[in-house]
Amino acid sequence: MIYDFLNDLTGSPFIAGTITALLPLFAFILPFALFAVLLERKVAGHMQDRLGPMRVGYHGILQTVADIIKLIQKEDIIARNNDKLLFNIAPVLTFAGSYAAFAAIPFSSVFLGANIDLGIFYIIAVTGLVVAGILMAGWASNNKYSLLGAMRSAAQIISYEIPTILVVLSIVMLTGTMSLYDLSESQTSYFWNWYLLGGPEFEIQKFLLIPFMLIGFLIIYISTLAEVNRTPFDIPEAESELVSGYHTEYSGMKFAMFFLAEYANMFAVSAIVVALFLGGYQSPFGYLGNLLNINWLIPLEQFFWFTFKGIFFVFVQMWLRWTLPRLRVDQLMAASWKYLIPIAFFNLLIIGIISIL
Amino acid sequence: MRAYFNNIFTALITIFVGMKVTLRHLFTPSVTIQYPDVKLPLPERERNRLYVNMDDCIGCDQCARACPVNCIEIETVKSLPGEDLGKTSNGKKKALWVTKFTIDFAKCCYCQLCVFPCPTECIYMTDVYEFSEYDRNNLIYDFATLTPQERQEKIENFRKFSEEKEKQKAKTDKSE
Repeated sequence: MIYDFLNDLTGSPFIAGTITALLPLFAFILPFALFAVLLERKVAGHMQDRLGPMRVGYHGILQTVADIIKLIQKEDIIARNNDKLLFNIAPVLTFAGSYAAFAAIPFSSVFLGANIDLGIFYIIAVTGLVVAGILMAGWASNNKYSLLGAMRSAAQIISYEIPTILVVLSIVMLTGTMSLYDLSESQTSYFWNWYLLGGPEFEIQKFLLIPFMLIGFLIIYISTLAEVNRTPFDIPEAESELVSGYHTEYSGMKFAMFFLAEYANMFAVSAIVVALFLGGYQSPFGYLGNLLNINWLIPLEQFFWFTFKGIFFVFVQMWLRWTLPRLRVDQLMAASWKYLIPIAFFNLLIIGIISIL
Repeated sequence: MRAYFNNIFTALITIFVGMKVTLRHLFTPSVTIQYPDVKLPLPERERNRLYVNMDDCIGCDQCARACPVNCIEIETVKSLPGEDLGKTSNGKKKALWVTKFTIDFAKCCYCQLCVFPCPTECIYMTDVYEFSEYDRNNLIYDFATLTPQERQEKIENFRKFSEEKEKQKAKTDKSE
């Protein structure tokens, strides 16, 4: 683990802990957000037969850097009737919620913030902070659109957490572990060992599990998509109805924090899906490091595969965004309570029955 | 129950159909152009900013009268008998000094009605359409070629000339 390594290197738990805590932010989230915003705009452009940003740098690759510089320069506007304290805490809390999830996400077998036994449970619990932050932002803005957006967001995230948890539960029940590290380790390095294809044990159960794992994968993907408030489930932002939901009143760097939290969240939920169903950081077809007998190459390869899978699912989220129109509030609730939850529940039961066979 | 599963099935299938369509569009070449670098060819009879070729203008004021929004303002002064103003390209003799010829493009409605009456075809539409300004007054284009001093001089000259003529006329009237 990276913490132990740094602890040995510096001899100070404090320095090691600080570096371990900051590493995902500076090594991953910020570059990822810069990249993902550009990717989003490029994907959006090309899917609509446009080119997207083209003017800053070669094919606009520096566009997001320019945007960040602009956001830093912007005035921080706080309206007179805002609740100043909550208004200032809300973006920090939202970002903290999505950042905290990165502590337990295994980027590779050595790059893992904290190898806690309750990894997936911790992530689901701590992302609940995001709801608090969003509600806070909506309330403190003292703006009807912000408040409506925040209420919708809370309703949506809470109702879509249930199918997510049911699917996570079925995996936890099957494997008997909640640690994302153990889950990733158990899906050893070939793609037929992924839980999407029935898990690493090669028995009759594996083949019985495949269709139910596919259903579980679809459900968790849909419900996590709803949890991060992205189109088709973006009624909390719904720019054509609610200006832009809970971040209507925010400007400058506070707005950037919400934005950063959104993109960090997008990756976090993709990472959870990847770690549960698609082998986590494991390569789909063996390691180059094993082939060439270079041990230090393996973690780098694992990091590459993890980010590759994660960014692929982020891309699918963007792809869906530019494919599907927004759901109505009642359709959104119906999709969760009438379809996803019962299916996820039966899926859980069936996986349970298969696993005791 | 059947409708329930049908719904799920339709939802999934339509999502995949939609995703196929958008994926295809991801790889189709873009239909937009990079505007300031690349420009679309304009149609043959496009109507954009007016231009007046003052070498050919005889100051007849027909364009100003044709203008439905009165955006063209022309002031002219008669030339003195001895002065030669030259000829237009189609052989008309110029007889007037054009001391003011302004077109206010903030008012102009690009109807091209001023172009047709012109006897020397000196006012016409160009293909320039990028001429936005921060100040509305900058949209008043002055086409007269004479410098302000010259204009003053011409007006002065004509005034003196007509005064003299008046005097002479008065003298001849008296002598009769």
